[in-house]
Amino acid sequence: MRVKSKKIMFIFCSLFINHAAAEGKEIPEQRISELNNLLIQDCGSCHGMTMKGGLGPALTPEVLNVKPRKLIEAAITYGRAGTPMPPWNKILTKQEINWMVDTLYKGTSNE
Amino acid sequence: MNKISPVILLVAVFLLSACNTLRGTGDLGVVIERATGSVKIVNTTQGVSLKKVEGLGDLSHASIVYSRDERYAYVFGRDGGLTKIDILKGEIKKRVIQSGNSIGGAISQDGKFVAVSNYTPGGVNVFNANTLELVEAIPATYGNKNQQSKVVGLVDAPGQRFVFSLYDAGEIWLADYSKGKAAITRFKNIGVQPYDGLITPDGRYYITGLFGEDGLALLDLWHPEEGVKRILNNYGRGTKKMPVYKMPHLEGWAMTDDYVFLPSVGRAQVLVVNRRNWNKIKTISVHGQPVFVMARPDGRQVWVNYAYPKNDTVQVIDTESLKIVKTLKPGKAVLHMEFTPRGEHVWVSARDADKVTVYDTATFSVITTLPMEKPSGIFFTNRAHRIGL
Repeated sequence: MRVKSKKIMFIFCSLFINHAAAEGKEIPEQRISELNNLLIQDCGSCHGMTMKGGLGPALTPEVLNVKPRKLIEAAITYGRAGTPMPPWNKILTKQEINWMVDTLYKGTSNE
Repeated sequence: MNKISPVILLVAVFLLSACNTLRGTGDLGVVIERATGSVKIVNTTQGVSLKKVEGLGDLSHASIVYSRDERYAYVFGRDGGLTKIDILKGEIKKRVIQSGNSIGGAISQDGKFVAVSNYTPGGVNVFNANTLELVEAIPATYGNKNQQSKVVGLVDAPGQRFVFSLYDAGEIWLADYSKGKAAITRFKNIGVQPYDGLITPDGRYYITGLFGEDGLALLDLWHPEEGVKRILNNYGRGTKKMPVYKMPHLEGWAMTDDYVFLPSVGRAQVLVVNRRNWNKIKTISVHGQPVFVMARPDGRQVWVNYAYPKNDTVQVIDTESLKIVKTLKPGKAVLHMEFTPRGEHVWVSARDADKVTVYDTATFSVITTLPMEKPSGIFFTNRAHRIGL
């Protein structure tokens, strides 16, 4: 019962977020905090919590500034063949991926 | 005449016990608080946190080995930090930054060497376990010798040996310290992208998982002259590769008398394999892609946690019926599980719930919950006497 209601909430939230993205609305603050946690903690498992790299490459602003933004966007969206980097387009919206890329280019709060 | 007041006697006993608190460390452990660069020293008999130790750097993929007297914990940090903690005093004894980026470590059979596997620069650094002075740097060179590979799956093996895998080079190296300085044996072309390794609890077989292709690479340490063989040719991502949001860990591979329980790569499955001939016996459908698949010390249960985004759940498999007997929800982002030495309890860390939950493994009831800041790895001192941990 509880699982079901959570699922419905999730679907509802996803719909809302997709809708918000389509409308060009900003990502809600609560979601930003979740994304931040995902970026530092989960992406950080491979790229380091300070983004200085690990099994995956370093993603600090110094490293990224010499790389085209589209490449980074595509890597997050579709993953990178031949490496462990998975595609995130089934989990994150386009707008959320954009937020990730923006944040990486600016430097995360943990660097 | 010589009556001493009971109050004075009590005070005297209290003072004596306070300044002479001899204790062992066999029921202690360390929990990593990954976001704050701190660890908590815990007591598994009382189920409490004793002390917080800070200043350990980036602990995003930290692990620990113990000195054989179980007094010192060696913490391997992501940022190349190697820290020796005195868990009786609850303080840092020594700390060195030994590389730019590291992934784990091991302690030698005799406890005298601590080895660290590094990503940048790729290789293994070996230290004097007492002083943390560098004994030897082993660069993981390959190709035209200008390249250095990231090193993964570093373990200790009987005979004063360390074994590790080269992620970029597809090699396994054996470093033999039985004669003081390392004698290195290289095994080339063992497979594409070995991402983690393990040694069987008896110290005989070293097994490496391959991310770039299916199958596992196996080295029989009783007969290294026979070279590296392939086992479980269908193990891996298969033809329809599924995304892997967190790499499965091999260290915790559960082994019972008859079976090995393996995490599937990218699929919501635990594989059961015959230990003698490496044939698959059964595929158990589970909640998500497994990360750790760990056997209770008596081998009767296997506990499994999962990759993002299904990482709020832990499941228990009964090793007799090979069925899931319990599903638990310890909180968001369950990262690790550690059994007490004889397995009556298991400690489970939930990173995003900022807590560690202690379960009774017989009844699955919660014994206690300890607040921790973004806890990840949990390491109890009984690891000190286990090969490969």
